Amino acid sequence: MRTNDVMLQTATKVVTFIILMFAVHIFFAGHYTPGGGFVGGLLTTSAIVLLMLAFDIETVKKILPLNYVTMTAVGLLLALATASASIIFDVPFFTHAYDYFELPLFGKTSLHSALLFDIGVYLVVVGVTMTIIQTIGEDE
Amino acid sequence: MSFVFLIFLPLLAALFIPLLFKKVGKIHTGWFVLIVPVILFIYYASLLPTTIAGGNLVSEFQWIPSLDIAFVAYIDGLSLLFTLLITGIGALVVLYSIFYLDKHREQLHNFYVYLLMFMTAMLGIVQSDHLITLYLFWELTSISSFLLIGYWYTRDRSRFGALKSMMITVFGGLMMLGGFVLLSIMGNTYSIRELIPQAPQLATHDFFIWALVLVLLGAFTKSAQFPFYIWLPDAMEAPTPVSAYLHSATMVKAGLYLVARLTPVFAISGTWMWLVAGVGLFTMFWGSFFALKQKDLKGILAFSTVSQLGLIMSLLGASAAGYHIDNIAETTFKYAGFAAIFHLINHAVFKGSLFMIAGIIDHETGTRDIRKLGGLMSLMPISFTVAMIGAFSMAGLPPFGGFLSKEMFLTAMLSLTEFDLFSMDVWGVLFPIVAWLGSVFTFIYSFYFVFHTFAGEHKPDQLPKPAHEAPIGMLISPVFLALLVIVIFFIPNIVGDWLVKPAVMAIQPFLYSSPGEVDVHVSAWHGFNTELFMTLGIFAVGGLMFWTLHKWQRSYDRFPDSVSLNALYDNLMFLSDTGANRFSKLYMTGFIRSYLVYMFSFVVIIVLGTLFLTEAFAYDVTNLAPIGFYEIVILIALIGSTLTILFSKSRLTAIIALGAVGYSVALFFVIFRAPDLALTQLVIETISVALFLLAFYHLPQISRKEERMRFRLGNAVIALGVGVTMTLVALSAHSQKFLPSISEFYKETVYSEAGGGNIVNVILVDYRGFDTLFEIAVLGIAGIGIITMIKLRLTKKEGQHENK
Repeated sequence: MRTNDVMLQTATKVVTFIILMFAVHIFFAGHYTPGGGFVGGLLTTSAIVLLMLAFDIETVKKILPLNYVTMTAVGLLLALATASASIIFDVPFFTHAYDYFELPLFGKTSLHSALLFDIGVYLVVVGVTMTIIQTIGEDE
Repeated sequence: MSFVFLIFLPLLAALFIPLLFKKVGKIHTGWFVLIVPVILFIYYASLLPTTIAGGNLVSEFQWIPSLDIAFVAYIDGLSLLFTLLITGIGALVVLYSIFYLDKHREQLHNFYVYLLMFMTAMLGIVQSDHLITLYLFWELTSISSFLLIGYWYTRDRSRFGALKSMMITVFGGLMMLGGFVLLSIMGNTYSIRELIPQAPQLATHDFFIWALVLVLLGAFTKSAQFPFYIWLPDAMEAPTPVSAYLHSATMVKAGLYLVARLTPVFAISGTWMWLVAGVGLFTMFWGSFFALKQKDLKGILAFSTVSQLGLIMSLLGASAAGYHIDNIAETTFKYAGFAAIFHLINHAVFKGSLFMIAGIIDHETGTRDIRKLGGLMSLMPISFTVAMIGAFSMAGLPPFGGFLSKEMFLTAMLSLTEFDLFSMDVWGVLFPIVAWLGSVFTFIYSFYFVFHTFAGEHKPDQLPKPAHEAPIGMLISPVFLALLVIVIFFIPNIVGDWLVKPAVMAIQPFLYSSPGEVDVHVSAWHGFNTELFMTLGIFAVGGLMFWTLHKWQRSYDRFPDSVSLNALYDNLMFLSDTGANRFSKLYMTGFIRSYLVYMFSFVVIIVLGTLFLTEAFAYDVTNLAPIGFYEIVILIALIGSTLTILFSKSRLTAIIALGAVGYSVALFFVIFRAPDLALTQLVIETISVALFLLAFYHLPQISRKEERMRFRLGNAVIALGVGVTMTLVALSAHSQKFLPSISEFYKETVYSEAGGGNIVNVILVDYRGFDTLFEIAVLGIAGIGIITMIKLRLTKKEGQHENK
């Protein structure tokens, strides 16, 4: 039934990595330039969806043996934990902390607790969209 | 000492129960549980000297300070008495349950967790001085009672009884919450202690009568008063230790506690006195009358509990008379309050033992049907003795505790005939008559319970198991309680001084300033007076009627079941069930298009309505940027692709056109310089088109005959309406600005305060992080929803087998 799409598959093998790298870039750039956890997550999803279109769900499952439901749960917990961690320091819920550090290779870098929260967002977005796509895609 | 935390000790212990049950299976979990009430009992007993001297103790713990809600444990005579009952009877019941519930077959971890939860809730009720936390614990008892009645959840009757009790008591609880809120509005405080001194001012307030009725609804439903008592007989499906504990000794007395506690607030009112005393007394008669109809041992006890609760309730109502009498110490009105508390103690003791005996009979013979039982006297001599002591105390025979309080009950009822307020002088004479009638039936059913079980002919062929005496461990608790029944008869004044008088002081704080002033001396013999002749009459008539019981008991069956209160409840439940179902089906079509129609039409009506009613519409074009070439091009593409969706014949075209709509919007974001939005929109569009293609397989065929969608006027109007609404809202929002834009604030603080450069993203993770947190939570829920819909689709053949 499936037509031979060597071209798509060959291109996908390269393009997927480009998209993934871009997703990582966009995710980290988020706080200063356009990007962030939400877009990063969506881009990652689109990379995986591209894989699914070019190959099929079973193959993608083999390449990326991830449980997206767990991923969602971990993301939610991470976001909630970051938000509530502030309570321990006796500041209101959701107070972020940040500072600037001199790191090797990166130079002056800002380390921000919002990043942890954003990782949570990222994981939830990837987890949920992939859960939805996978469940609907597998259903016969 | 911050003893407020002790309320939560059982709940804390409950956390370890499942662990102990799983890990230490050899030892019955009940032994660990037993430690909790024993420790609490010993601790609270050590507080007795304080209350005997008329003092009180307060311990506070702030819970929600901004709303002025706190856990306030207030120990005075009344709350300490209840606390001791809860922990004392609790310890005995746990001990009994160790032998009643098999450690291999039963789910003990469930049972004890519920029981400990209940203990915390009950302690919370009787110690809370704060109305809101009192309500919280009140509902917690309803919930734990629900769980305990439904403990054997595979039985149909258990679930029915659990639901019924929950429905009725939670209904009452909600009414009571309303009453509490009214009280706090009137008195401007949630504290009962602060409400009591304001009682005279409260009585003149418009809300007073409403608060009174609502609070009483709560108390009457909980304490199984007429007509709400119907849940109690069905609650007997619970394991017997639970019936003994919740449904006779403690939880059903929460209503009595509430009435007693709030007597100082409401007693001024004649309505209060009439309602509490009248409903109580009627319940007493009704319960005792119908107890004789019952064939189930626990059924008899359930109706007897209803009746006895009514008796105590009527005494509490009668005690309100004390507020209208000068020089109470010289009148007989002083007895009502004392008798109420005294009988409450007696009832907890003898009814606890009777329930345990009913459980033993059930356990050792396999049935509770009184028609199959009989002649167990020689087989179960200890149980028989205990049952006889308990029942005779209930019937009001000497030398048992119940005799003393029954005499005082009659005295108190007689005193009401002399009361000359609130038309009592006309109708007051009814009180002793009904009380006497109720007592006669109480006498009969007490004898019925004992002698139809233990005397008469033994019918071994009808019993599922050969009858024999219970193991010693199971007998400890009932025997202990039976001994207590006799002890109370011989030392009533010690009980009076230690427990009753401090509690009476809490009920009637305006009359007494120390427990010693409660001038009541209990004696078994007080000469030939009306009460004595009434008691003799009860014995004579009751004895005669018991003798002839077999002749007239059948006439109970003539009461038609279809006009009973139970039938009313069943019909109400059935009607609300089917009614709600039918009503929902009117609009729940199962088609998403109908739901969209509802939603969109409501949005249009509400938004447009508000816009025009508040005259918020404005139109101002002075600040608008000129429309450029690119905008027009994108707009044409946008409209073109939208129309393509509507008129396309194949679904694939429609999906691709939908994608085109999304991309055009993204282009708008690009030329308006919103890179974040553009980026997100582009990716989202890509993924949703892919998702659509995936879901393609599942969508129903567009029917071939109907080559394109039919034009529907209604839908067109709604679609147009939504468009117009959005346009008008956008124009108005742009044309008038009442507040300065928040973007300036973001610009100023984004680097200095939030340490970021991209406002959009900082809004997402920091300024409005709450939104994002909830959004991802919603996303997660949507994911779970889709999994449940698709992966866990229930087939119709499975399920439906809850009953084993």
